[in-house]
Amino acid sequence: MSTGVDVGDGPLVLGIESSCDETGVGIVRGNRLLANEVASSVEQHVRFGGVVPEVASRAHLEALIPTLRRACEAADVDLAEVDAIAVTAGPGLMGALVVGLAAAKALAVALDKPLYGVNHLVGHVAVDLLEHGPLPADCAALLVSGGHTSLLRVGDITGDITELGATIDDAAGEAYDKVARLLGLSYPGGPVIDRLAAEGDPTAIRFPRGLTAGKDLVKHRFDYSFSGLKTSVSRWVETRRLEGKDVPVADVAASFQEAVADVLTAKALDACEYLGADTILLGGGVAANSRLRGLLEERATAAGVTLRRPRPGLCTDNGAMIAVLGAAVVTAGRAPSSLEIGADSGMPVTTVVA
Amino acid sequence: MSLILGIDTATDVRAGLARDGEVVASGAVRDRRAHAEQLMPLVRRLLADAGVTMAELTGIVVGVGPGPFTGLRVGVASALTLGEALGIDVHGVCSLDAIATAWTLNHRGQVLRFTADPPAEFAVVADARRKEVYWARYDGSGTRVDGPFVTTPDQVPDLPLAGPGAHLTGREPSGPTELDAGLMAAHLGHLADAGLEPLYLRRPDAEVPKTVKSTLLQARIAMMTADTTEGR
Ligand SMILES: [Zn+2]
Repeated sequence: MSTGVDVGDGPLVLGIESSCDETGVGIVRGNRLLANEVASSVEQHVRFGGVVPEVASRAHLEALIPTLRRACEAADVDLAEVDAIAVTAGPGLMGALVVGLAAAKALAVALDKPLYGVNHLVGHVAVDLLEHGPLPADCAALLVSGGHTSLLRVGDITGDITELGATIDDAAGEAYDKVARLLGLSYPGGPVIDRLAAEGDPTAIRFPRGLTAGKDLVKHRFDYSFSGLKTSVSRWVETRRLEGKDVPVADVAASFQEAVADVLTAKALDACEYLGADTILLGGGVAANSRLRGLLEERATAAGVTLRRPRPGLCTDNGAMIAVLGAAVVTAGRAPSSLEIGADSGMPVTTVVA
Repeated sequence: MSLILGIDTATDVRAGLARDGEVVASGAVRDRRAHAEQLMPLVRRLLADAGVTMAELTGIVVGVGPGPFTGLRVGVASALTLGEALGIDVHGVCSLDAIATAWTLNHRGQVLRFTADPPAEFAVVADARRKEVYWARYDGSGTRVDGPFVTTPDQVPDLPLAGPGAHLTGREPSGPTELDAGLMAAHLGHLADAGLEPLYLRRPDAEVPKTVKSTLLQARIAMMTADTTEGR
């Protein structure tokens, strides 16, 4: 390679993800993506309106070996060539996490390679290394998905991360699912509300922005709350029905989405100012949401902050994000995990490697 | 020449090694909540103590339960992945069968470690939690003739008992109460193929939501039901 960043080097790392309802196996060489195979059990959860842990866990075990094989084929890599095994150690659903962890440990022992049990949330940030290369020091990251809503300071992706704030009740994605359900829409709620919202008026109904009042800002400056918003939407819809009027579903969807995007982005930009960060990274499954992305872009530009966002296919849970975080950790020379680590459903984001 | 690794996580954490049908090593970590933590360290320790490498293994046999699901999946996922990485066959057997076979074959075979003779008919019982047990019925040769089932302990037939859940029936077991993964590996040729999907026996706990929960006063629910249904 003669010019530009040399992306051909770095450790060959296989990453396994199984914290929720996607079984992911990714293979990277340094910051270069070689394979990203994902099997999702989302369709099995549709009729339950949310992820059922036991259903997800069974699906992980079924998908494990086929997904591993597909990843090796796609990357044209033999397992014996791999330098290290990375796996999501937490946070996530316990029964789901242990399937991936067991597989990763078996690979590490069979291949006699080091094991890195890494943090899923940090993986959502690290995946952008595959797209846009190294991160500047002290950037902010906003992670939004069905399982998490977190605002982070990323000093060093391999070991210096702090949580500025997080949701104190529902994750943003969960709020989407609940609002979709009460509007009679399908699960998962994110894409369907996003689609409907495009036809509605986001200013039609003024739904509340959680934890933005003066007194809340003192204690919860960077925290989120979506349960009040969900209740407010529910109450508005029910009242409307009791009055015998039609529910303007598109307007409700657009107004709800506006409330979510407004509070998410306002606090994210406040975090940038607080940190003096010139870069904000948007990750997690809800990062694909058009309004969230649009509003964050708009507000970041106005504040002179650069927005980084991996392509939607890398924003949802996958093995590549775990592999690339593993590769960064290996490159930084950090110690591997013990073979005795367990899965940690509540793993704090400050722990990058278990 | 065969060198078989046996793994079982249906109850606690067990691994063993057998060469040409003879037990080489057998070990357990008696912790029912640390399968993911302890299984691979145990396997590595056993192999090191026996002076063999992973590459020498010719096959793997894994107990597919029945047992608590989370622990069970750790054993099956580990066995499948080891098999994939090492390019060797993985066999799934019923964990209750492995205990039954240990009782009947051991009586005729090498190591006589159980005081009671295998009876003409018996049951092997394991803890299914939630005040239930997993069990299956065997003939005197150790062949499963009925089950496995998941029932309350009082539904286990009045037969001599073996297995880690035998005491839950309130009766004294007369056969082996623990699975020996070394024996399981040694007896691979005598054990029926149970496939590689865990023997779940129970459906996942999950309910399909029927109605949208109201956040308004209960008294209003009746009034709005028709509307809500229409709106959906
Ligand atoms: Zn995630």
